[in-house]
Amino acid sequence: MFFWSIVLILIGIYSSYIFGKSRIKKLVYSTNLKPKSQYNYHAQYVLSWCLLPALIVYFSWAVFEEQIIQNLILDSFEYVEGAAYNDGLLLAEIRNVANNTDFSEGKSQEIINAASQYKSLKLTSEISFYISIIIIMILGSLYAVRKINIQFNAQDTIEKYIKYILIFCSSIAVLTTIGIIFSLIFESFRFFSQVSIFEFLFSTEWYPFIPIREGQAAAEGSFGAVPIFAGTFLIMIVAMCVAAPIGLLTAIYLSEYASQKVRKTVKPLLEILAGIPTIVYGFFAFVTVAPFVKSFGQSIGIDASPTSALAAGLVMGVMIIPFISSLSDDVINSVPQSLREGSLGIGANKAETIKKVILPAALPGIVGAFLLAISRAIGETMIVVVAAGTAANLTANPFENVTTVTVQIVVALIGDQEFDNPRTLSAFALGLVLFVITLSLNVLALRIVKKYRERYE
Amino acid sequence: MVENNNTKISAKDVDVFYSEKQALNKISMDIKEKEVTALIGPSGCGKSTFLRCINRMNDLIEICKVTGSIKVDNEEIISSSTDVVSLRSKIGMVFQKPNPFPKSIFDNVAYGPSIHGLADTKSDLENIVITSLKKAGLYNEVKDRLNEPGTSLSGGQQQRLCIARAIAVNPEIILMDEPCSALDPIATAIIEELIDELRLNYTIIIVTHSMQQAARVSQKTCFFHLGELIESGETNKIFTNPDNTKTQDYITGRFG
Repeated sequence: MFFWSIVLILIGIYSSYIFGKSRIKKLVYSTNLKPKSQYNYHAQYVLSWCLLPALIVYFSWAVFEEQIIQNLILDSFEYVEGAAYNDGLLLAEIRNVANNTDFSEGKSQEIINAASQYKSLKLTSEISFYISIIIIMILGSLYAVRKINIQFNAQDTIEKYIKYILIFCSSIAVLTTIGIIFSLIFESFRFFSQVSIFEFLFSTEWYPFIPIREGQAAAEGSFGAVPIFAGTFLIMIVAMCVAAPIGLLTAIYLSEYASQKVRKTVKPLLEILAGIPTIVYGFFAFVTVAPFVKSFGQSIGIDASPTSALAAGLVMGVMIIPFISSLSDDVINSVPQSLREGSLGIGANKAETIKKVILPAALPGIVGAFLLAISRAIGETMIVVVAAGTAANLTANPFENVTTVTVQIVVALIGDQEFDNPRTLSAFALGLVLFVITLSLNVLALRIVKKYRERYE
Repeated sequence: MVENNNTKISAKDVDVFYSEKQALNKISMDIKEKEVTALIGPSGCGKSTFLRCINRMNDLIEICKVTGSIKVDNEEIISSSTDVVSLRSKIGMVFQKPNPFPKSIFDNVAYGPSIHGLADTKSDLENIVITSLKKAGLYNEVKDRLNEPGTSLSGGQQQRLCIARAIAVNPEIILMDEPCSALDPIATAIIEELIDELRLNYTIIIVTHSMQQAARVSQKTCFFHLGELIESGETNKIFTNPDNTKTQDYITGRFG
């Protein structure tokens, strides 16, 4: 069906275009007037009236066809008394028999009947699909052709259609975002109807795995998100301790000391770091860094666990270095040259100029870069899953196992889960809080960066 | 006008190249102490480039290469052994666009003295700042708001703040690169008056596009054209009776 409908639509497009063009040409010839729009726009106008309805028909068939056929089959199915039926399994069986892909012996009569009914319905649907798509294309073209005349401004109309198409495309992203936010909010509501929001936000115990015994409500003492957020925070701090100084100093080197040539080579190289899949970092953290951290901990007399906040944080820090260095480099570069000259002209050396003039001037932008890096670090999952463990410890010791929001979401959703128990639903509540945090960090960062830009423009 | 014959800056055969392109060709001139010397000429003639050679500001441009000799107080400055930092503390610079640092008015002026360690105590520093602001004719306008950001001042005030910032480190020479081109006529008049006062204590070199300004503020004028020094001498003479026909054409507005 897919192939032939594409062929049909292509034929429709071609003939409607020709149809529209010949129509306007004929009009021009018979009246001997100059048309308001060029021939092509009239042709495109007819074409869009042919194509858009056809697409609507095509997609509505794609969406509804199977559903309608299934309902018809189930409605007329001859249920045998006493047998247990599952609609999904039954339909799958009927479909298999109809497509001759079910090779088991001894099908009952009612299944065979239903299968032949399914086949005939499919055929009817296919035929009516082709007929309706042809009719709709012809009707659309005829309608459009009737509107064509010398005075008709086809160019403006096409312009308008293009605008609608663009609006439609851009609204998809926006609507998806809104949809995600709403599903987060609704599922979180379901979670908070089972677990008190105060417990979630302020309690320090997180044991979602303990089976809830009879008589013990889910709300009693197992969903305190504090250790999870503390773990996230701890890893973020470790990561920023690595990334902030290294990234900032790299940026200063690149923008103030490096020659153009070095800068042009090093900056893209650094940005490659940002392109490494995070699971590879996780790998690296687990296989190389975590054992090193453990033996280092032992050498200074601290008992480190094989996976630790420190290992994950260090590697995450490396991961976000390019964010900080690249963004800060841009910000430092956009500090006007006149400030550098002003400072150097007084007899300040390079280091004094950077420390006392350039960095203060670039500070808001640098803070913005840091905030963006932090929100990236908070949202990061794979490194932490692999290298920091899943135990929700409330600790400030970076040598211990901790867990983060994203990891707990993964844990809550792994495997076969029913979406009615608080353990699974906790993922949505955690996601919502995470979303609010990173969103506000991003908004804050963007505002700071914007304010900074305005100052020098 | 008291004539003096102390040469402050002496340039000999200065060539400047931007990559392959020659921007200045064999410039030689002497600049006298405590006088205002104006560099005039059409855009792209190399007058700013020459100005920026004197405090080695061209070092900031990677592709720029300066050869020849410039002596300030008989010391060669176009050499890799020159102490650029002490040279620049001796030569203040005021730029085309006012460029106060994003700091308070006080800190803008205190910046130079504090990095050069000119003040031992806080009150010393305050004295330097206040004296410099007074010399730049800005003190009365800003004395109540020394802690406000320098960028909050008007354009003309910002430029005077930059002059105060430059003279706070006790320079002997002040370079001005079109200091009034971003200012309105009233602010320009104030700065010109200030230049006239500063002449008593400083050697001033000013690049300007405005011939009236050159005539008003300078004692000596140098006319540049296409990277060459066409004519230099007493401002009066240049503007009334130039030797070179190109100079004549330029000051009468026939080209440029």
